[in-house]
Amino acid sequence: MSQQPLVTLQNVGKTFGPVTVIKDVTVSVYAGKVQVLLGENGAGKSTLIKMMAGVYQPDAGRIVVDGKTVTLPTTRAAEELGIATIHQELNLVPTLSIAENVMLGRMPTRHGMVDRSALRNRARAALSLIGLDIDVDTLVGELGIARQQLVEIAKALSINARILILDEPTAALTRHETESLFAVMADLRSRGVGMLFISHHLDEIAEVGDTVTVLRDGEFIAEVPASTPEDELVKLMVGRSIEDQYPRNTGGAPQPAAPQPAETQSAEILSVEHLSSSGRFTDISFTVRAGEVLGIAGLVGAGRTELIRAIAGADHYDSGTVTVRGRALPRGNIQAAIKAGIGHVPEDRKGQGLVTSASVNDNLGYATLASTARLGLVDFAGQRSRAQAVATKLRIRMHTIDQPVGALSGGNQQKAVFGRWIIAASTVLLLDEPTRGVDVGAKVEIYELMNAITAAGGAIVMVSSELPEILGMSDRILVMRDGRLAGELTAAEATQDAVMTLAARDVDEKN
Amino acid sequence: MSTTTQPATRRGFDYKKFLANNGALVGLVVLCIALFIATPDFLTGQNLLNIGIQVSTVAVLAFGMTFVIVAGGIDLSVGAVAALSAMVSSWLFVGAGLPGWLALAGGLVAGLLAGVVNGLANAYGKLPSFIATLAMLSVARGLTLVISDGRPIKTPAEVSFLGGNLGPVPMPIVVLLVAALVASFLLNRTVIGRSMYAVGGNAEAARLSGLPVKRILVTVFALAGLFAALAGLLLAGRLDSAQPQAAAGYELDAIAAVVIGGASLSGGLGKISGTFVGALVLVVIRNGLNLLNVTSFWQQVVIGLVIALAVGVDVLRRKTRSS
Repeated sequence: MSQQPLVTLQNVGKTFGPVTVIKDVTVSVYAGKVQVLLGENGAGKSTLIKMMAGVYQPDAGRIVVDGKTVTLPTTRAAEELGIATIHQELNLVPTLSIAENVMLGRMPTRHGMVDRSALRNRARAALSLIGLDIDVDTLVGELGIARQQLVEIAKALSINARILILDEPTAALTRHETESLFAVMADLRSRGVGMLFISHHLDEIAEVGDTVTVLRDGEFIAEVPASTPEDELVKLMVGRSIEDQYPRNTGGAPQPAAPQPAETQSAEILSVEHLSSSGRFTDISFTVRAGEVLGIAGLVGAGRTELIRAIAGADHYDSGTVTVRGRALPRGNIQAAIKAGIGHVPEDRKGQGLVTSASVNDNLGYATLASTARLGLVDFAGQRSRAQAVATKLRIRMHTIDQPVGALSGGNQQKAVFGRWIIAASTVLLLDEPTRGVDVGAKVEIYELMNAITAAGGAIVMVSSELPEILGMSDRILVMRDGRLAGELTAAEATQDAVMTLAARDVDEKN
Repeated sequence: MSTTTQPATRRGFDYKKFLANNGALVGLVVLCIALFIATPDFLTGQNLLNIGIQVSTVAVLAFGMTFVIVAGGIDLSVGAVAALSAMVSSWLFVGAGLPGWLALAGGLVAGLLAGVVNGLANAYGKLPSFIATLAMLSVARGLTLVISDGRPIKTPAEVSFLGGNLGPVPMPIVVLLVAALVASFLLNRTVIGRSMYAVGGNAEAARLSGLPVKRILVTVFALAGLFAALAGLLLAGRLDSAQPQAAAGYELDAIAAVVIGGASLSGGLGKISGTFVGALVLVVIRNGLNLLNVTSFWQQVVIGLVIALAVGVDVLRRKTRSS
């Protein structure tokens, strides 16, 4: 690459107090290229892009734009040099229209009033840059996350961004939406926009990237072509090889040494019969046995999360029964479900799983707060020792157990949600996207945890949009489509194609 | 999220951390020293007892408010409920001829019921607490006027006792200390208290963990009503009569005390000790300004600035801590 980079972070470093977060890292973005930034959570990716975006200033090294050393004291300064960031949490105002969002802060005016028609025209021009044909008067809050992202990209381009930083843009997208985002990225690339792309999905790297910069513990590890095989990338990223990403069905992991209870035909723990909830799902029946992981696959909007929530008692349903160990559960009653042994790991960790302002200790104890109390008084000492034990067992990495859980990395936060149900001795775990936003190392730990739970006679129902995870971890797979069961596959017969055929039949244009 | 790791400094007394976590207390101490230097009247036994009596009403109201704010809500009705409770108590005594102790209990029950209604409207009626309690503010104040026909009513001796002395110690101070201990115990030690933090921090996560969020919210507002009733009785006891316009605007003092004490209006944070200090800050400032002959008009300006300053410092502190 003899061409001059649009922007280079050269030998940059950053410390917060005594903690070095970034040490001597160099990364460049070239016109018409997609540079991928790869690393586990905590590797320093966020800090690095914040330096490029003008949020943080490097303590060492320099930033070079178009061959000139610059300082980026504010995000505004970065934007003026054409550097725009598409954050994971989008910066849009949901109650304003698309046009107003695109032109926010730059409203065209006439006689001091907003010039509505100029506003619409300019917004339309911006959207056409990425081929988005949509009514600009639509409120942004009415759009799906994928469309919102495109609006944000259009906004960035309309202020002449030449360098786009995309921070995990695909984390919340379906496969279909991801593909249309990639199409937009390919188009931008052909028009000379340079991009810095972050993703936890390794399979996306070869598809969209040109070069990969790998970071580990704040240090530059390697720069490799995006065509590098996935296991090679994983090895660079975690610093050891993870022989087995899915330690269940493949032979690499230690064989289940724990004695499987009733090896011949284990007991049915959870049974769901003719469960229906209007507008969500219809006539769902299945059973799960002790020691089994049942995967539920399907497209976003197929009713998987709704089904899980109904079983957990989080939502009401219209008809049907949920039975745990022969006892029917009352509808919409979370406490009864927990008592029967159900533990629910919801899809949105921060919004539904954790009280991020509260400590790890508190978060681990909520499900057992009342059941371990005496005369209404909290069992502090007992809770502490239970929490300590489970934190050690699950290897939750933290400074102290009194640290706010929100300060932990995604994987450790997710372990804290799991830990709550382990303390509650739950035997039926309902997992909704259990590894979303979790880095590779912690993913494997969560899978191993799932194996330990089933080896001890528990049962797991897992909803996941990551097909490799469904295929790799499930003993049996249910596929949902439009709120109904579209089919059931055994681990042996399940392939990506088989699952997708069931999941997507005549609904491929829903989003 | 991926990069913030906090240094673990554990050796010795971390005075920086202490200052950061106890800003209101430090402010109070500085304030007291300044007043001690500025006027000889500040550090006298009589003045300190005065402060104690004055803080009792605000602090007891604010303890109730702490539950609500920790649980992520707000209660605008506590001042009006305080007045209503005192009026109900006096009316039960004078109008219905009940024995004094029963009238006192009736006043507490009235406050509790008003709180339960707030809680039901919020938890089950899905009204935002701001609206539900704003409505209750108006209803309670209106009922107070209806019952009293706009005139003060004499309190029973049992209520007046709450405003009197126990030996050398004014009863309001005794009640205040007991209320502080009870409130602190409830918030720190009991299941319902710890649940309030969870509900205020993230109601949905609390619900999915099996906490009975609606019942908790009703309890929270019921407690706020009960503490408001107690504050109302303290106030009436001091005046030997329930006044129809008593405690008007006190809800704002209570909210200010809780916020100065370090609670977050978005819920999940707050302590009774902090609220106590917050109430003391408010009352000591008023007291000091009185001693220095500053008019009540200017006092309002100063109090406003202090609230802005306290919360501003707190916001700054959180910002530096989280980055």
